[in-house]
Amino acid sequence: MNLPVLILGARSDMARATARAFAALGHPIQLAARDADSLGPDKADLETRYSVEVTLHEFNALDVAGHAAFIDGLPALPGIAICAVGTMGEQEENEKDPARAVAVLRSNFEGPAILFGVLAERFVNRGSGTLVGISSVAGDRGRASNYVYGSAKAGFTAFLSGLRNRLAQKNVHVVTVKPGFVNTAMTAHLDLPAKLTAEPDEVAGAIVKAVKKQRNIIYVRPIWWLVMSIICAVPEMVFKKTSI
Amino acid sequence: MQLSGWGNFPKRTTQLTAPRTEAEVAAQIAEGRAVARGNGRSYGDSAIGAARTLDMRGFDRMLSFNAATGQLVAEAGVMLSDVIDSFLPRGWFPMVTPGTKLITLGGAIAADVHGKNHHVEGSFRACVDWIDLMGPDGAVTRCSHDENAELFGWTIGGMGLTGIILRCAIRLRSVKSGWIRQTMIPAANLDEAITAFEDSMAATYSVAWIDCAAKGAALGRSLVMLGEHAEPGEVPPRYRATPFKAPRRRKKTFPMNAPGFALNPLSVRAFNALYFWNGSRQEGQQIVDWDGYFYPLDAILKWNRLYGRKGFMQFQCVLPQDSAREGLHRLMSAISESGQASFLSVLKRFGPQDSPFSFPMEGYTLALDFPRHARAIALMPELDAITLDHGGRFYLAKDSRVPADTFTTADPRAAAFAQWRRENGLADAFASAQSERLHL
Repeated sequence: MNLPVLILGARSDMARATARAFAALGHPIQLAARDADSLGPDKADLETRYSVEVTLHEFNALDVAGHAAFIDGLPALPGIAICAVGTMGEQEENEKDPARAVAVLRSNFEGPAILFGVLAERFVNRGSGTLVGISSVAGDRGRASNYVYGSAKAGFTAFLSGLRNRLAQKNVHVVTVKPGFVNTAMTAHLDLPAKLTAEPDEVAGAIVKAVKKQRNIIYVRPIWWLVMSIICAVPEMVFKKTSI
Repeated sequence: MQLSGWGNFPKRTTQLTAPRTEAEVAAQIAEGRAVARGNGRSYGDSAIGAARTLDMRGFDRMLSFNAATGQLVAEAGVMLSDVIDSFLPRGWFPMVTPGTKLITLGGAIAADVHGKNHHVEGSFRACVDWIDLMGPDGAVTRCSHDENAELFGWTIGGMGLTGIILRCAIRLRSVKSGWIRQTMIPAANLDEAITAFEDSMAATYSVAWIDCAAKGAALGRSLVMLGEHAEPGEVPPRYRATPFKAPRRRKKTFPMNAPGFALNPLSVRAFNALYFWNGSRQEGQQIVDWDGYFYPLDAILKWNRLYGRKGFMQFQCVLPQDSAREGLHRLMSAISESGQASFLSVLKRFGPQDSPFSFPMEGYTLALDFPRHARAIALMPELDAITLDHGGRFYLAKDSRVPADTFTTADPRAAAFAQWRRENGLADAFASAQSERLHL
């Protein structure tokens, strides 16, 4: 039977594409974001296209104290929860302005991690569930050009890895998604190489497949596995002098 | 950045943004000389903003569907392919569709696209109930046949120059299956093709592929293809249990820009002869799936690369009914004598059209692709002159090269459109490379 799919950070392009991909399979959809009422057109879209039930939920990832209440407020405990929360910010601003750095660290790591921790307990109690965390290749190795964002994603990746390890015997599955470059509103101002850049629909398709096949860690475009393997293999004394 | 249309020519510098909210759209309009862009399938420079281009594909939500009336309300960036994906399984199909489904609804309205059923049902306009349009001041106006009718009229076929289309309501048609009963009529020459069209005015769909390489007695030989939506009982037995489901076609992507010599008079002549011969063997009735019938080229993604780096141009004109036969003879003779045969050539009978600035008129339309090399470019003025001589006009969605005076002579409505734009304060806010080229 089709349990609801909870989409956290539902306003992003990747989240919207992922919501559609699961709605197309007949899953009811729970869209969660700040200012959730403004997601009315997205709710209408999923209902019109796929004739599934869609609910909107006010959710602030940074309000970690409210996470348990947020989950209690859902009409049903989801079968699959997908976290697309996070902001990249500008590295230069993140370096200079502690407040911005804190916002990036919290929205990419603390908020998603704490929420998944709470959800994991509910899933363990029920005896089933899948958690999908959208992390980033930027977390595989810190680089000068975006290490604030990257370190937050590294934290989230490590958290997901540990959670997966803990829940492996409890029929709760954890998927780590590393999309690489994605053609979204967040990256619209960047000039991205076409071969390395996925469309949001591709990310959504990869997530659906990863959930179905119980994959652990996925790179949306396989070439990213190779790229990151090479980047991670460079010795630090060489790496520190590069600019990638 | 440099942006081009589907023909990969011309490339023009414009500032491209992908707004996600109406406030972002309004901010772009306020900067001036902006135009909306959908999926970039217009061939020339119509979807390149004179200063700013708004990629509207982020506005891709379907908002409601009324199964009693078939009315779909959707944002302008929704693709026709998405409409089919969502609604064909429920027994609905676009009322009017051009030869590609990879277009947005906003683009379909702006170009007032036509399909194989124009002779019966008219252009895309026929299925549009209303449009929400953002004007130069950022205010959103709903227009329809009854409400702000003048704005509605100019917007359909107005090439995005009346405002930014945000939402629309269109009506879909109810169908009994996803299959088409196709009747193939080989026509040995142009006169036979015209006769076949005139004898088939009752058919729901009609279109002809025309061989531009054939000469002499075979000048204008064609394959006229008629179509009707098939009844569930006509669906091939293995698909009868799911009559709305077409066999999935493998999508192929044209891998790279073809070298300039790939399309030469010899290869085009050979292709055309082979195509005609193969089509003639399929004379009579066949049941074909909707995707192959309406959108044969959509199976090859990025097929525009066939024409190489320099890109290609499309010539599409319409000639009025009373001079069409003679005009078509002259066009086909000019093309076949030049040796610049077109790889893909389409002939279609249009029915009556009643709208202020849409392309179609009752008569015949001819659409031809040419690679952009010197001899083909040299042929264009000749084709333009024949079109003018016979009272024809040109299709803005395909155009990248018609000279401004030729365009305005062929289409006196252009001056009225430009004047109306000035009087309503639209000329500075909305402008494309094409509108500046043609003084629209």
